[in-house]
Amino acid sequence: MARKAPSIRSARPGLQRNSVLDLARMTVREVNQLLHDADGGDFLIKNPRGAHAIAAGLDGRFNIAIDGHVGYYCAGMTKEASITINGNAGTGVAENMMSGRVHVKGDVSQSAGATGCGGLLIVDGNASARCGISLRGLDIVVKGSVGHMSAFMAQAGILVVLGDAGDALGDSIYEARLYVRGRPKSLGSDCVPKSMGDTHKAELRKLLDAAGLGGEVDVSEFSRYGSARKLYNFHIDNLESY
Amino acid sequence: MCGIVGLFLKDPRLEPELGKLTAAMLAEMCERGPDSAGFAVYGNERTGINKICAVAPEGAVAWPQVAKQLAKSVGNNVGIEEIEDHAIFKTKGDGEAARTWLIDNVPEATVLSQGQSIEIFKGVGDPNRIAERLKLSERRGSHAIGHTRMATESAVTIAGSHPFSTGEDTCLVHNGSLSNHNRLREQLARHGERFQTENDTEVAAAYLTWRTREGDSLKQALERSLTDLDGFYTFVVGTRDGFAVLRDTIACKPAVMAETDDWVAFGTEFRALSTLPGIDAARIWEPEPATVYVWSRA
Repeated sequence: MARKAPSIRSARPGLQRNSVLDLARMTVREVNQLLHDADGGDFLIKNPRGAHAIAAGLDGRFNIAIDGHVGYYCAGMTKEASITINGNAGTGVAENMMSGRVHVKGDVSQSAGATGCGGLLIVDGNASARCGISLRGLDIVVKGSVGHMSAFMAQAGILVVLGDAGDALGDSIYEARLYVRGRPKSLGSDCVPKSMGDTHKAELRKLLDAAGLGGEVDVSEFSRYGSARKLYNFHIDNLESY
Repeated sequence: MCGIVGLFLKDPRLEPELGKLTAAMLAEMCERGPDSAGFAVYGNERTGINKICAVAPEGAVAWPQVAKQLAKSVGNNVGIEEIEDHAIFKTKGDGEAARTWLIDNVPEATVLSQGQSIEIFKGVGDPNRIAERLKLSERRGSHAIGHTRMATESAVTIAGSHPFSTGEDTCLVHNGSLSNHNRLREQLARHGERFQTENDTEVAAAYLTWRTREGDSLKQALERSLTDLDGFYTFVVGTRDGFAVLRDTIACKPAVMAETDDWVAFGTEFRALSTLPGIDAARIWEPEPATVYVWSRA
């Protein structure tokens, strides 16, 4: 990847204006402050060693690669930026992301993309429990499988799973759409299978393409799941489900 | 919160490094449990010798005198190794009888463990300082389990620190909290289990001791605990020749594992594993909920 020097609005004194940021020599706070002070640029972050909140809260046209495994909340709340993690990510990767693209080359832990509002989160490996919990417009493509309670109370956005889903997929789901190629172990309350129309196939195709899966994955292998819309409002017959 | 680390060495050549590797892992988990810490180290076995570890407030107990009385009680010689506020009694006599005698006769002390291999150390305060003071990095052995605690269910005391051990060479650390521990404690007491604290984790440790005494394997006992223990938890259990991991059915508490040809390791977070040699090439995964993982030397 070509790395040009980042433009920096107000770099703090003492910090190098360098496109390689080494967490073996800088604190996460220093790295994040440098990124927050810049309005974009290409950066390579080295030696993450499971640290939390790396590259969280970015707002701008960044192109960031992180070489190694990251801890909690990496790339959370990110806007516009493109962030690639060459490793695994801990709890809450890309949580509440607003736009842009986050690509994890390994596995992700719980609550990946939680409450995400927009953009695209791509996971090459597996995601564990509660992937896309309370999704609000972010699209997520998981090339492996997702754990239990994924898309819990998901309101908007799309979750695509090429593998299987764990227990209680889409529990109490609102209007998010779920596409699963494998089998959900069970569906949560108010989550039901739905038919695959042409518009659904088209939107799934678009997402798979965006995730770099081109023509290698056939959309007709997927099943769609969504809300039966019976839990939206209080209904006395549903008392048991609340 | 709370942080757990566990390291099980497959390559005996790493055994002199066990304490040092575990201390580095524990250091990464300080923020998750800044109020107290403890660790169990398995190793330094000598045929026929039982080790009983105990701790007491500095100066509250004259350990050499206790050792003499203990020798009379078990009818065998009792050696003693003092490390700061801890004492390790070593005897060819009955280890369980020695443990019971210490609990009954030395009320100022907390008895931490009993067995041929296990040694447990605990303290209150900054985990790094505890590890330093009790010389964790100098200890060698085959496997170790460490815990940093953020107390939720009982007071911040040495006795309330993890690991908990009630059975021979077995210990348990816990991230989470149990909600049915009071009732279960009463039931286990009726089965003859001895409790030294009001802590929920001690109940889980005693539960495993009871079940294994009833004939369950460690795997069976842990599988049964999924129905009998109510609450949320990630457990790491140490035995004389191995260790086990169990997460509750909804995997409420975080856990990550890594394995190479040389070792298997557990961390509440990945950063606890990041300091291990060969971690870059390790297989890394998150243990499944309600699934018992067991490694043993056998």
